[in-house]
Amino acid sequence: MASEKTRVLGHPVERLEDPPLVTGRGRYAGDINFPHQLHMRMLRSPHAHARITSIDTRRAEALPGVVAVWTHADIAELGPVDFRADRASEILKPYRQPVLADGRVRYVGDPVAAVFAEDAYLAEDAAELIAVDYEELPVITRADQEPGEFDTGLGTEAAFLTHTFGDVAAAFAGAHKVIELDLFTGRHSGVPMETRGAIGRYDAARDVLELHGAAKVPHRNKDTLVNMLGCRPDQLHVYESHVGGGFGIRGELYPEDVLVMVAANRLDRPVKWIEDRMEHLMCANQGREQRHLARVAVDETGRILAMEDEIFHDQGAYVRTHGSNVANRTMCMLTGLYDVPAFKAVTHFRLTNKTPCATYRAPGRFESTYVREQLVDAIAAGLGLDRIAVRRLNLIPEDAFPYVLAFDEPHVGSLEFDSGKYELLMDKALDAFGWEEADKRLAERRAAGEMAGLGIGLFLEEGGRGPSDGAIVSVDTKGGVEVVTGGASLGQGFETAMAQLCAEGLGVDYRGIRVIHGQTDRIPYGIGAHATRATVLTGGAVYQTALTVRAKALDMAAELLQLRADDLDIVDGVVGRRGDPKGPTVTLGEIAKRMQPGSKALGGRAPGLSAEDFFNPTDTVFPYGVHLAQVCVDPGTGGITVERFMVAYDVGRAVNPAMVEGQLVGGCMQGLGGALYEEFAYDERGQPLAVTLADYLLPTMGEAPDIQCLVTEDAPSPLNPLGMKSAGEGGINGVGAAIASAVNDAIGIPGAVTQLPITPQRLRAILRRAGR
Amino acid sequence: MTAKRDITLNLNGRDFAIGVEPRRTLADAIRDECGLTGTHQGCEHGVCGTCTVLLDGEPVRSCLMFAVQAEGKRIRTVEGLADGDTLHPLQESFMKHHALQCGYCTPGFLVLAAGLLEKDPGIGDQELREALSSNLCRCTGYAAILKAVRAAAEAMRGR
Repeated sequence: MASEKTRVLGHPVERLEDPPLVTGRGRYAGDINFPHQLHMRMLRSPHAHARITSIDTRRAEALPGVVAVWTHADIAELGPVDFRADRASEILKPYRQPVLADGRVRYVGDPVAAVFAEDAYLAEDAAELIAVDYEELPVITRADQEPGEFDTGLGTEAAFLTHTFGDVAAAFAGAHKVIELDLFTGRHSGVPMETRGAIGRYDAARDVLELHGAAKVPHRNKDTLVNMLGCRPDQLHVYESHVGGGFGIRGELYPEDVLVMVAANRLDRPVKWIEDRMEHLMCANQGREQRHLARVAVDETGRILAMEDEIFHDQGAYVRTHGSNVANRTMCMLTGLYDVPAFKAVTHFRLTNKTPCATYRAPGRFESTYVREQLVDAIAAGLGLDRIAVRRLNLIPEDAFPYVLAFDEPHVGSLEFDSGKYELLMDKALDAFGWEEADKRLAERRAAGEMAGLGIGLFLEEGGRGPSDGAIVSVDTKGGVEVVTGGASLGQGFETAMAQLCAEGLGVDYRGIRVIHGQTDRIPYGIGAHATRATVLTGGAVYQTALTVRAKALDMAAELLQLRADDLDIVDGVVGRRGDPKGPTVTLGEIAKRMQPGSKALGGRAPGLSAEDFFNPTDTVFPYGVHLAQVCVDPGTGGITVERFMVAYDVGRAVNPAMVEGQLVGGCMQGLGGALYEEFAYDERGQPLAVTLADYLLPTMGEAPDIQCLVTEDAPSPLNPLGMKSAGEGGINGVGAAIASAVNDAIGIPGAVTQLPITPQRLRAILRRAGR
Repeated sequence: MTAKRDITLNLNGRDFAIGVEPRRTLADAIRDECGLTGTHQGCEHGVCGTCTVLLDGEPVRSCLMFAVQAEGKRIRTVEGLADGDTLHPLQESFMKHHALQCGYCTPGFLVLAAGLLEKDPGIGDQELREALSSNLCRCTGYAAILKAVRAAAEAMRGR
């Protein structure tokens, strides 16, 4: 493809996104303003479960500057926030969230009324003047307690889900030993630095209703809004600008997004809503809270014969856009990168009176990796074997790919692992970390009275979810290149990655490429940025389309230069004969000029140096990784210091190694938060106990350990031409597992850690119980 | 409390004559009344540091101050770091070391670090880490930020 000069694929080049962001010229949702706009403020439920007996909005409406106050009665015709089209499930539909509470509130923060006013401060004043009478109802705060009633005739166990294969009963009956664990993953979430925001605007001149401040899945949200509001697709568009972090939770369709659209239309003025941090911590999607009653059957060598798990999944107060997706991913990724002959997982998918849950970075995988790796450590401890050796014994071998995981349930899709060299990566990681040496040193420290230890977590990732992505690549008459995608950017460097791929395919300088994303009026089809799909799927489409444009350019250039197209190359946007620097050349801009409509040079060609193409991979890709941790425990306080951490990850093909490392280190830090500090705790009445950043403890630089990255390209994916596998979630996936493993090792009590996060109080309780 | 007061804010050497309610935060006034939206807000209760500005050279959280309290002070925001088209060494360094992803916390870190390094480019590593621990980032895991600030300090010492 492109010659050395423009070759940026695989290089840690600077990001195209950065110049406006370091100079304060970004445009995040809060920075978007329209003349004559109104500000929306939500009044939210102070109760976890209650019936609304009356709402009096008169005093709020009387406040000068207040334009309207809405309750459910004002939008009664509007249905609940819908599932994304591909998540439709009839049995879950009754559990969807209404845009404003319909006579009943189900979590603290549930939207009850909306104020629309001239000023944001004034809107907040007005919301305080709304008088609501509640009659409190019994509260459910745990998924493993007795289910209750969600609504008349409707239980809080919305679904009972199963994933099975093989003869589990026989395997357990014939097992040498059965290992059982009761594990819990605490509730935490993405908590991006920018809270949510949405600006609705109706442009009567064009008859278009616009949503600004979109993220993650703009096209999907547009489709849902079109269905909910009953308009034509050309009458509603969604626009993404800068996004201050997403991590899976931001950008899904929430009640407030729907409200600003309805209000902009009905009040005929732009309507702006910016979430405050307390609202964010009570209302944006949370995740991870699951209890696992897991057991594993093994033979005397430590080989796994079967795995079984009963999961209590806390979905919170409503089923949001993803349906039961997180619970399903938890089950199907539970066996991970081990060859397990028989498997049975069941999930009690239950509603509670807490903030609703959905996907947070590595959804279902952070949880299942924690459970699986704890089981493997427990096998080693139970049989007196080395924990590395047990892993080695059970890994799916290199010659078993593609490896198919097919479940008995006809509606559960099988997984086909595309490629992997699991043992190779584990060995590379152990070697780079100096595991054996560290193990020895730590044994000495323990002998000297310290509590210090090592932990390991092996994990499988899944990325590049299809089914398809498109791109439009066009070259203008000055040689500038525009790439229009249906992708989305949450700050991960999407534009840079797409530009690098386009530059590689076309043969231009990546810095001259403009990448469009999240604009539904520029390209009719797109899925967005979730499930670490952007670089593989959208990138795949961009690369393929760039190659098509390249072929068009060479075809035209061959005629203009009177040379064979096969002999030509494109370097920094200039076409010439390969290996002939003094020969005739023509720029891409000149070619674009010659290809304008009406140009005599066109001949029989279609006008324009541009192309639109789609990338339709057959399946998802399966990157994998190894997390290694070294921790030291202070027995007096229960405090845990992470002394070292390593993320080893096979990414298939790194488009930009610096960005891959950024994803891994950043994800790892978030994982450390979930493993050690972050927790959305609730009291017995369902009152949230972490509603400020002083209570919900995000890790700071002070807690940041030295995180080593080992990025390998040993198992490129056969499913796309460049072998890419994606990097977004590999940094976080195994952190809970590795930290729990390290703490158990440090305190010398296998299986001691049964709950994340491992707070000082919990660790002290473990040590007290052990008489330490 | 809702009657507006006329005040003048001096931002990056330029005067802005604005009318604000006494309860209006400095952060909101900088963003909405003065139109400098580079100063972001992440928590509105002084924890995240995203809204950090320099007030007479000292880093402060503009969400915890009222605009009327900042009258007569010299305020510097992220928009005031570059010298015309010449970027501040910290801005260059952040780009070079991939010290940002979503960029939302970046203005706060840049302003905080500028306040520290312009006062003492020879600041000790432990002191630097401690000071930078007062701001939150959710994307980078901090390693690249620390690297970028160290490299900028090096460059500033050499000037």
